[in-house]
Amino acid sequence: MTTLQTVFARAKADDRAALIGYLPAGFPTKDGAIAAAAAMVDAGCDVIEIGLPYSDPLMDGPTIQDAVHRSLTNGTRIADVLRTVEGVAKTGAATLVMTYWNPIDRYGADRFARDLADAGGVGTITPDLTPEEAEPWREASAGAGIDTVFLVAPSSPESRIKAVVGCCTGFVYAASLMGVTGARESVGEAAQGLVERTRLQTDMPVCVGLGVGTGRQAAEVARYADGVIVGSAFIRRLLDAPDEASGLAAVRELGAELAAGVRR
Amino acid sequence: MTATDGTLLTPADLAGNGVHGNDPDVHGKFGVFGGRYVPEALIPALDEVAAEYEKARNDTGFLREFDHLLRTYAGRPTTLTEVPRFAEQAGGARIILKREDLTHTGAHKINNVLGQALLTKRLGKTRVIAETGAGQHGVATATAAALMGLECVIYMGAVDCERQALNVARMKLLGATVVPVTNGSQTLKDAINEAFRDWVANVDRTHYLFGTIAGPHPFPEIVRDFARIIGVEARRQMLELTGGLPDAVAAAVGGGSNAIGIFHAFIDDKDVQLHGYEAGGRGLETGEHALTLTEGSIGVLHGSRTYVLQDEEGQTIESHSISAGLDYPGVGPEHAWLKDTGRASYHGITDAEAMDAFSLLARTEGIIPAIESSHALAGALKLGREIGPEATILVNLSGRGDKDMGTAMKYFNL
Repeated sequence: MTTLQTVFARAKADDRAALIGYLPAGFPTKDGAIAAAAAMVDAGCDVIEIGLPYSDPLMDGPTIQDAVHRSLTNGTRIADVLRTVEGVAKTGAATLVMTYWNPIDRYGADRFARDLADAGGVGTITPDLTPEEAEPWREASAGAGIDTVFLVAPSSPESRIKAVVGCCTGFVYAASLMGVTGARESVGEAAQGLVERTRLQTDMPVCVGLGVGTGRQAAEVARYADGVIVGSAFIRRLLDAPDEASGLAAVRELGAELAAGVRR
Repeated sequence: MTATDGTLLTPADLAGNGVHGNDPDVHGKFGVFGGRYVPEALIPALDEVAAEYEKARNDTGFLREFDHLLRTYAGRPTTLTEVPRFAEQAGGARIILKREDLTHTGAHKINNVLGQALLTKRLGKTRVIAETGAGQHGVATATAAALMGLECVIYMGAVDCERQALNVARMKLLGATVVPVTNGSQTLKDAINEAFRDWVANVDRTHYLFGTIAGPHPFPEIVRDFARIIGVEARRQMLELTGGLPDAVAAAVGGGSNAIGIFHAFIDDKDVQLHGYEAGGRGLETGEHALTLTEGSIGVLHGSRTYVLQDEEGQTIESHSISAGLDYPGVGPEHAWLKDTGRASYHGITDAEAMDAFSLLARTEGIIPAIESSHALAGALKLGREIGPEATILVNLSGRGDKDMGTAMKYFNL
């Protein structure tokens, strides 16, 4: 099992940023998600975030909403998410689950943390869990030996950044802009400033997500962040592909472009 | 509870400051319920709203302005109407209606939107967004936005747009942009998701004018306080009319704002029973209902810990009701708390029971109620038969039925 610590140490030794790819479990199909994530790792992703599909993804834009909807229509359950994590972790990538809080709350925090660790997962990203409500999840995760990643945003004042990084282990997720997930023409101007403000509060790696979708953008973000997070752009390739084989090829191509970007 | 300077409102009428002991804690918790489960990006905006509201509710100038709008624009105070012919079906109990249907725009929602529109201006924001189910909150928000010169965007499920086409036209006429939401179940819950997505992207100049007592802190508290005038007035009017307090207060519960609005002033009156009526839809056994408090389980939806209709893996289950305003799989955290503390009790009323009460009130009293409110009316009929002929029941007639005529024409073959 590859830990986040290993990933960031290795990237630092190579003098580059880590590349983090996101894909919901069960999309385009249950097995197709494992194949696509493996292709992302093949092409150069160091970390994979497996999304746990949720009925009310209020932080997600149309691309991820569409993928999640298809995944739920495919009948994806938490057992499938864990099986996906297991499959992806075997590729050697550090594998996280990204999920809204309610599915974990309902499943049971201790049980979810334990089952995720057993599947080879190294942690979670929980975009709607704030420091005030995070205690049960931090305890459960510490007990199971997995990392907890939370988000800071351009709107976060120093006091909030301090509170959030105090809850993070592994890395801090810096949302590049005020908005939902989805590839955009340019990465938010606020991203670099946010990374700098976050670094004043922590020595942990800081990774930037939201709106990154091209090699050029990845290179730009890699200049100031420890990791570059890409989700919707991968999903878009799969949604637009006429069949599974060409989808995987498109994902590989994008992965290679981004991997070159973080190395520029 | 009566104001000393001749106005409708005092700071105590807006509760808060421990006046009633029913306020949420510093994290917005009512017991284990409430809180904030939202992207970190929104926390500063929620903090800003909470801080500004805290100032506003202790500001005489703000209260006077709100009071003035409630009197001269919304049409407050609303009257009580006793309905003896309707009550013949209630085992001889007295039934008295609080006539929120007589307010401007035809439903209690006007109270909250006027308060929040004033708050929007205090916040220095120029744009409001809102979700709407039946369209009542959308119309009310568009109305307040027109009055105060605010840009207004309303998110409404595409299914609801169709069910409530008249309200869509009203909102457009009032100058609002109506965005039909086509993802998920295309109803209220999806409209809320979409409004949150807009808010996070436009929070600099936008206030999310939340329509019910659900959502992240401080919305459950703010919306309650602005709706609270319903019960404050009704309690005083009951004392004048009957010389005493009612034995029970009945209200429909979707998100729960009209119910908390009338319940809250009675919470400390331990002898007054509080009954909330949820949408039983086609019946519990069909699975097509919105029985969040009576059949749901504790979870997190739309930023708040509360009762939710969800499956065993935490996925939201789509609700059903003939009434768009009750068609919501969550509920305000304060109701969850009132349920668990036993202070209020909650029951289901089926589509058929609600439509019977709808028709009965029209025929016996010449009042066409909203289908939402008809759930409370149906509940009051049952309650009267249970408590007996000595009972006096106060019902929140939260809105009028004009908007429901399409549904009624279909249901009754009119």
